[in-house]
Amino acid sequence: MKIQSRTIAVTQPRRVEITSVFSGRFDLAQIHWLRPVIASRWPLFLARSITLAGLVFTILAGLIGTPVGGQNFAIIFVWIAWWTALKLLFIPLGGKSWCSICPLPMPGEWLRQGGLVSKGPGRIGLGFRWPKRLRGYWLQTGLFLTIGLFSAVTLTDARLTALILAGLLALGIGLSFLFEKRAFCKYVCPIGGFSSLYAQLAPFEVRVRNLDLCTSHAEKTCYQECPWGLYPVALRDSSQCGLCMECLRVCPRDNIALNLRRFGGDLHDLQPTNRIDEAALGLVMLGSALSFTAVFSGPWGSLKMAAFRIGSAEWLAYAGAFLAFNLFLLPAVFTLSAWLSRQGQADQRSLRHVVAGHARALLPLGLFSWMAFTVSFALPKFSYILEVISDPMGWGWNLFGTADYHLSADFATASPVIQVALLLIGLTWSVNLHFRSMGAAPPRGRIHPSSAPGVLFGLGYTLLQTWLLIG
Amino acid sequence: MNRNRERIARIFLALLLAGLVVGVFLLWRRGEPAILVRARLPENGGWSPAALTVPAGIPLHLRLTSDDVVHGFAVGQTDLTPVVVIPGEISEVTLTFKTPGKYTYYCTRWCGPDHWRMRGTIEVLANGASMVERSRYLPPLYQQLGLDIDAPHPAAITPAGRPAAAAGHALLRQLPDRFLASGYYRSHSPADAWKELKNEPLGEKLTDPQLWSLVAAIWQGNADSETLAEGETLYTRNCAACHGERGDGRGVLAGAVNREILTTESGLAPAIAWPADFTEAGNMLGASPALLQGKILRGGMGTGMPYWGPIFTEEQTWAIVAYLWTFQFEYEREGNQ
Repeated sequence: MKIQSRTIAVTQPRRVEITSVFSGRFDLAQIHWLRPVIASRWPLFLARSITLAGLVFTILAGLIGTPVGGQNFAIIFVWIAWWTALKLLFIPLGGKSWCSICPLPMPGEWLRQGGLVSKGPGRIGLGFRWPKRLRGYWLQTGLFLTIGLFSAVTLTDARLTALILAGLLALGIGLSFLFEKRAFCKYVCPIGGFSSLYAQLAPFEVRVRNLDLCTSHAEKTCYQECPWGLYPVALRDSSQCGLCMECLRVCPRDNIALNLRRFGGDLHDLQPTNRIDEAALGLVMLGSALSFTAVFSGPWGSLKMAAFRIGSAEWLAYAGAFLAFNLFLLPAVFTLSAWLSRQGQADQRSLRHVVAGHARALLPLGLFSWMAFTVSFALPKFSYILEVISDPMGWGWNLFGTADYHLSADFATASPVIQVALLLIGLTWSVNLHFRSMGAAPPRGRIHPSSAPGVLFGLGYTLLQTWLLIG
Repeated sequence: MNRNRERIARIFLALLLAGLVVGVFLLWRRGEPAILVRARLPENGGWSPAALTVPAGIPLHLRLTSDDVVHGFAVGQTDLTPVVVIPGEISEVTLTFKTPGKYTYYCTRWCGPDHWRMRGTIEVLANGASMVERSRYLPPLYQQLGLDIDAPHPAAITPAGRPAAAAGHALLRQLPDRFLASGYYRSHSPADAWKELKNEPLGEKLTDPQLWSLVAAIWQGNADSETLAEGETLYTRNCAACHGERGDGRGVLAGAVNREILTTESGLAPAIAWPADFTEAGNMLGASPALLQGKILRGGMGTGMPYWGPIFTEEQTWAIVAYLWTFQFEYEREGNQ
């Protein structure tokens, strides 16, 4: 890590030269017209208000609108528009930025801080610390799998979607009341886990400009005010940072940078990790992408029906297979590849360290696999968005004249090309990271044969997903 | 300053959320003049709403949509062409009733075993002195005759084969006029007619098969080709799913309806619950057209037979009855008569 030592002009940010603590970074907070936008709480509040209103409307639409999924705002906006935007835009480009405007934790957070844009006197909350045993991604992984088990119905049933959203909203408020900071987002929200994992690939990060300035600052206002309870000085990756920029607003020394960096900046200089919970979440995400592709895009009608008939014998078999694949089979194959790699390289690290380290290299593979799945799952349904804007409840309205709009674009030809391209990018990126994690990266380093199991794992996964998507 | 900012933010958020709820309510009100009627499988609720009210002469705008499978919408005893109701799509229809009374709307697609239960009513209210109260029908013939439509009606005698009307057609001129009147046809079973004919001077000269041919000719004389065609259309659309296209009681939904009856009304024997077999001479030839009309109008009889009274006009009911006899008699084609 190359650290530059620069003099920072604290009181006149507009005159500050573009500087960065890390090489290859560009600090957006120093762009004179952008800084006021970042520093103001109003844009964020506005966005949060709009998403909260959207959430309320979505729940209303799900509860009182038509139960026909394709005609209900709740289904189309949650599972087609938002879920697609999250995977194709928010996470790849903005990391966890969605989490900053996500409406689910907002009412709880506003109550806890006693105000909408600033802290007030009437704070409501007990402020307990989140139990140590429940930290990490475990709960989020479990919740993601649980929702995944019911996905065939959730994705088509507007009422169930509304009830899940209302339940998550209530859970967010309840946990905000009980615990400090954003415990719900960090440890419970399944989307929070998904976003955290892949946010490391995004080209934005919050970092401090000058470490010395922070170490001499006693109050640590950034830490005190960060909704996620992060201390910017200690940030090693962007997996938990929602880019809300509250640290920048409260820093008295103007020492916070919003850096534009290369994609996957967190993974470029891979640090040793033993986060087995992160590895587990990564593998579950990898496996879920395959599972959902098989159910929603695969040619097996019986599999689709089994996933749909919740509670039936077929569904129990499907649920068993889904869990077995995601919790045992895929992790077992991956662990085997890590073990073979470790044996081949005579790696002195524990298998846990090797698995955790290699799993990080899977992040691009997982994200791009989800993106490829999304291309075939959501894009052909995009015309539904225009339809439900004019008729959100499915009651026959045509508010903006787009209710009868049907997109005639043929995605059948373009989809496979886009999907293969995405999967190849994910594979190439992952393999490159894998080489790095093995201590060698072409063309600078020599590729050790012990990389082969990891490469074969990525290749096998890509081929399988390609077959499911276009085979 | 902070307090002001906070106040502005709170007002903004409150207005946004309140505006949202009010907006949804206003839009819902905006959509009110046209009533959304949802179609669901009968076991999931059928039509919703299932009861509508409109003043006579005032257009009733309906937006029809289905929440599950394809249904059809039609109003009984009107000439409205059935409207297809597709899941996720809105079909619009405007009805204007000139005559006050109670109308029945029903599903015209075989959406499931309980399809026939999918009914709703439109009450058309009298609106001004110029409106004439919907004429009250005379009691149907089976009631006028005091027939018990639930009682068994075995034929005392049945033919060896399927009687052909052609063979009896030439003998019709020799019959007393009362046998040729529509009142006689409607109130007598073929077996009764056969017995009465047997006692006539003409009947004494004829063999049993010739007598059956004469009965078939009398029956065909009460059904012109147009009536038979209409009867066939109505039968195919409404009856064939249970009674079968060949009238043998083995339609595609017969088993499902049978199971439904057995499930919901335990204690009924399967033989009773199975739809009627119109090809079985022992039962059919013992029934008069009036009796069959009664069964169609009222339904029931321990089977899953729907009541069609509010759906079919009187002419349509007689047309279906006329068509039912084609499962017993071989009618001569019109050109050959």
